[in-house]
Amino acid sequence: MLKRLGPTARIAAEAGDPLFPQKLEFNPPVHENWNIVHIAMQIPEVHQIYVCGVNCMRGVVLTAAEMSASDRFSFVLLREEDVVDGTVWEATRDGIADVLRKLPKLPPCVVVFPVCTHHFMGVDMDSIYRSLESEFPSVTFVPAWMDPIMQKHGLPPDQRLRKVMYDPLQPCEAKEKTVTLLGSEFALEPDSDIRRLLASGGYTLRELQDCKSYDDFLRLAEGGTFLVTFPGGKLGISQTAKRLNRPCYYLPVSFDYTCIAESLHTLSDALGIPPLDAAEEQRLCDAALEHTRSIIGNTPIAIDSLFHPRPLELAKLLLIHGFRVTEVYLDAVDEAEQPALSWLKEHAPDLELRSIILPEQRVADRKRPEKTLAIGPKAAWFTSTPYFVNVVQAGGLWGYAGIRSLCDKMIDAFQNEKDTRDIVPRKGLGCVSCI
Amino acid sequence: MNTSYRIIPCYTGDVSGVCSALFELGGMVVIHDPSGCNSTYNTHDETRWYDHDSLIFISGLAEIDAVFGNDDKLIDDTVDAAKNLHPKFITLVNSPIPFLNGTDFEAICRVIESRTGIPTFYIPTNGMHDYVPGAGMALAEIARRFVTAPQAKKANTVNLLGVTPLDFAAEGSADALRRAVEQAGLSVNACWAMGDTLETLAHSGEAAVNLVVSALGLPAAKVLRERFGTPYVIGVPLGGFSGTVLTALRNTMETGENQFPLMERAGSDTSGIFAIGEPVTMGSVLAALNLPGTVLCPLEGCEDLTGGNVIPVVGEEEAETALQDAKVVIADPLYRPIIPNGVKMIELPHEAFSGRCFRKSMKNLFTLDYNALRKEASL
Repeated sequence: MLKRLGPTARIAAEAGDPLFPQKLEFNPPVHENWNIVHIAMQIPEVHQIYVCGVNCMRGVVLTAAEMSASDRFSFVLLREEDVVDGTVWEATRDGIADVLRKLPKLPPCVVVFPVCTHHFMGVDMDSIYRSLESEFPSVTFVPAWMDPIMQKHGLPPDQRLRKVMYDPLQPCEAKEKTVTLLGSEFALEPDSDIRRLLASGGYTLRELQDCKSYDDFLRLAEGGTFLVTFPGGKLGISQTAKRLNRPCYYLPVSFDYTCIAESLHTLSDALGIPPLDAAEEQRLCDAALEHTRSIIGNTPIAIDSLFHPRPLELAKLLLIHGFRVTEVYLDAVDEAEQPALSWLKEHAPDLELRSIILPEQRVADRKRPEKTLAIGPKAAWFTSTPYFVNVVQAGGLWGYAGIRSLCDKMIDAFQNEKDTRDIVPRKGLGCVSCI
Repeated sequence: MNTSYRIIPCYTGDVSGVCSALFELGGMVVIHDPSGCNSTYNTHDETRWYDHDSLIFISGLAEIDAVFGNDDKLIDDTVDAAKNLHPKFITLVNSPIPFLNGTDFEAICRVIESRTGIPTFYIPTNGMHDYVPGAGMALAEIARRFVTAPQAKKANTVNLLGVTPLDFAAEGSADALRRAVEQAGLSVNACWAMGDTLETLAHSGEAAVNLVVSALGLPAAKVLRERFGTPYVIGVPLGGFSGTVLTALRNTMETGENQFPLMERAGSDTSGIFAIGEPVTMGSVLAALNLPGTVLCPLEGCEDLTGGNVIPVVGEEEAETALQDAKVVIADPLYRPIIPNGVKMIELPHEAFSGRCFRKSMKNLFTLDYNALRKEASL
């Protein structure tokens, strides 16, 4: 029988499955994650069209406005009478066509986002796309969704978007010694293990972030091997690679030395490149962690799951190296994190696992009695600290070099205050923000 | 088509309107929605979210619960949260899918109220209307449920109705509005709903007159008129228009007749000057500038406020057409893409339109130098 500490925190020793019950949900004022608007905007020259009621529309249209991309975003409002009269099909089809006719120039690609209402009204979206393709033959329509009602028991809209947004890529001859890495909103850092390994074998790495034009984007299909590192992109990129008849390797972002070593071996074997010296890489990581700890000392550390999909692995790594991790903010434990959770239960039973979204977190005490270092913007807000590592969704961190880069970021965060109130509410870290 | 928008945004939705109106009253608002409503609201429509704890949540509605009509989860989760957080009241708010499947919110409210002992009511939004009806219904419900019958009216006291950051986002706006009224020798009884508690609002029946400063306040004004006979004046005391509004308040206290001083300015207009937005505030801005002009009202629930020089427009295309012969436009900066080249624009950021895009340059309408603004526009 689990002893409950309360609805918002459990000590690691007694974490159950699920970690927290699904209840009403609170939304903290931290918005640096990338949403579907940010993700789709990465396709150069693309135009996005959303079709929904005004309340749902508001969040996405202002996402585009804040990133100064209103000229690549249009929408069609569904009205109450469309729903009551059963004219959602017509409103959707005709509204999208009307938007396209109003644009100064037809875009090569349009990502369309219908919503929950279309599911529940049984709207035949396929026939809408057929009709639009007939009227606008030069436009490639990408069938995305903004249907969060489906995400409790299926994939959330962003994960499905990371599949359909690559549907325009067409099977083609692979370009020699070219690898395509997709599925993350952040390019790998310059000295990332994967980059170094590929460079040592004479391979060129292509990422979405390199693309300047829609044609560049289409040429992503030329990679002979596909890689994906971010778990939210795994399904979409593996399906895209399969459709393009390319091998695809999931090399997950991780803080676990063994996992990193396995991923690098996988890549080395697949491409026939001599592996990096794992022992030396780990020694460098240990030295970087020791140096970081010598500066940060016994300062309490809070970590969140927006920073990285494997916050528990990071907690474990830091605890092993003598850091004082006190809190981890997350709402669920991914299967890949179960080994780390098991380790924490045994070795750090007092570590607090705190919910981000349970309603009681609205009134949780956000004051801390001493200087706290947060790793991730949600942890920064929950602990009211100006000392935080501002990275989301793993950023460009990967592997051994990623751990060393994180050490640099921790030292910088520890030594230099940030304006938390100004930074963390901004949407889509790294995107243009007009606010 | 007036439902297709090429480049300008839409206004704040009805759900956010409810949340904004009730934010400071100590209740708990539960939006029956899968995801996104709360994030949209607190990101783009709520200036107070970072610093002030207000109990506004979503239910996290899942497909399976919507399909099978599992209302128990909403009830149980709401009761559970209420027992932990002790709100003064509970408000349920609707969104498109529960609207589609006909969720019986009135019944759910009765169940929650019986299980918690906390007043619980429903605001019938559906996510397909703008903030004016949403906030308007919410404030009207407060007027119906919580305002008590007064022992006696207090002379020279005023309630301010329809004050939310959606229309008055600049810091200090609510205080400046209070000062404007108080400097005229009147006393503010309650401000609906910034800076006062539910308990203060409950005494609103004691006020001699209500001042409706946005369309959001009009439904509550009508309820208070019906329940307590309190007359109301519609208008915002801005710049040179303040005297007119304050005189109207005094006259109304004497006569008991509602007054809408802006309508006295109404009439067909050929000046080429246009203001776009919420009709009470933008009409008052035009009056403060002492300019003729037309107010284009793109909002719902403003039927009683249009006519004369206040013209309803629906959608981007209608607004763009209406502005074809404009010489000057006073509007939020995000209207600029549909304003013809060469037309002079006075930018007044409006939270309910551009959200936080221009929050740092948001102008306090009560302290604005309207003479300087006229000069800036070369008028």
